[in-house]
Amino acid sequence: MFKNPGGGALPRRRRRTAGTHAPVCCPNHVEGVKMAAAQAVQEMRTRVVLGEFGVRNVHTTDFPGNYSGYDDAWDQNRFEKNFHVDVVHLDENSLEFDMVGIDAAIANAFRRILLAEVPTMAVEKVLVYNNTSIVQDEILAHRLGLIPIHADPRLFEYRNQGDEEGTEIDTLQFRLQVRCTRNPHAAKDSSDPNELYVNHKVYTRHMTWVPLGNQADLFPEGTIRPVHDDILIAQLRPGQEIDLLMHCVKGIGKDHAKFSPVATASYRLLPDITLLEPVEGEAAEELSRCFSPGVIEVQEVQGKKVARVANPRLDTFSREVFRNEKLKKLVRLARVRDHYIFSVESTGVLPPEVLVSEAIKVLMGKCRRFLDELDAVQMD
Amino acid sequence: MEEDQELERKISGLKTSMAEGERKTALEMVQAAGTDRHCVTFVLHEEDHTLGNSLRYMIMKNPEVEFCGYTTTHPSESKINLRIQTRGALPAVEPFQRGLNELMNVCQHVLDKFEASIKEYKDQKASRNESTF
Repeated sequence: MFKNPGGGALPRRRRRTAGTHAPVCCPNHVEGVKMAAAQAVQEMRTRVVLGEFGVRNVHTTDFPGNYSGYDDAWDQNRFEKNFHVDVVHLDENSLEFDMVGIDAAIANAFRRILLAEVPTMAVEKVLVYNNTSIVQDEILAHRLGLIPIHADPRLFEYRNQGDEEGTEIDTLQFRLQVRCTRNPHAAKDSSDPNELYVNHKVYTRHMTWVPLGNQADLFPEGTIRPVHDDILIAQLRPGQEIDLLMHCVKGIGKDHAKFSPVATASYRLLPDITLLEPVEGEAAEELSRCFSPGVIEVQEVQGKKVARVANPRLDTFSREVFRNEKLKKLVRLARVRDHYIFSVESTGVLPPEVLVSEAIKVLMGKCRRFLDELDAVQMD
Repeated sequence: MEEDQELERKISGLKTSMAEGERKTALEMVQAAGTDRHCVTFVLHEEDHTLGNSLRYMIMKNPEVEFCGYTTTHPSESKINLRIQTRGALPAVEPFQRGLNELMNVCQHVLDKFEASIKEYKDQKASRNESTF
């Protein structure tokens, strides 16, 4: 698709006799200029443009009063009409979806909440009864804290401040007890530790859940466990032992990153690539090589090779096209300002779609908290 | 001397069960003496850019608001100052409350659309799996 600035064909200037200096400006030309101006405003409002040396139109400018002729006041109906969500890919650990028609401030709020404010359960206190391994107590405790625990945090409460013991509603207990011994049946000249020693690698599958109070009735056997059972915690040699008790509590990523429920959550804006002029022949092949595979398609039209933008969503914007003197003037790289491609990868504690729902509910909870505060103040 | 610079602070508090008489402030309103209620700085405790930026966006979309901005006071303190100035004599609390309500409505709508979309995707996948069997 190529843009033709100035609207239709410009009229040829009529030759005038001497003495008249009135400019020849036919209505087509005026219309063309107006259209170009309107297009420029549209671009400023809806696109973030990637220039050769910088990025333009980064900030949201569509606030009431900034543009004449546009009504930018908040209208819930207009928002609901323009907004939609499309799920592109969903499996048990990762989710990719598009959110269209929302502003960066709110999309970013969701991303920040996914990373730091959706609660999970993680090991907080480690009571070490015996640790004769070469891994120090505190290093071991740190590693245990980072292990994702498969327990729905919505079924638990936060622990009260100052409460050392913990009750069944806010604590999960795990036991880790491993002792390494020599294998009496190993071959005489073997040097493979798997043969020589028994229990020399401590994995998360050695962690056993110790139900507190009525937890055994609430949670069936096997549901409260670490998410993965093959995470290596420590290595031992004969005579060394690890014997400890772990308390898991509910927390949020803001407090410590171990409580973050996502491997990562990120978003990118939908790329928008426009060809300003038709690109043909060898240049078309060169152009398709400047972008990620699948973005530019070279088609045979009437014997000539013509480049066409096929799927801009795949592009990662390496900006290779700006390194080519000929081609950089023919392309406009931009991003659509209100189209967010979210990618959420869960650590396994909760399915990713549940995490996004919980994040939205956290933001609602924050608003509700301040609305209640305002009501309380106004009643005073 | 300091009379002109007197600031009126109205503190609202959540009584927590922590200790007798101890209040954990969540929201403060600060305004210069002598102005009527159309320019106010709200201090939101335990908040950061997550709520600050999204709330600022919603409040700016209100045509009655002349100025709205927020700032984090210091990275070590977890609070934000959100200042609202309104045109005319509209009390600044009104766009603040309206912004919070509108943000809640946006979140509710996003949640509904998202859950509907997830359900549709799962149904589509289930029917595709069934048709291959």
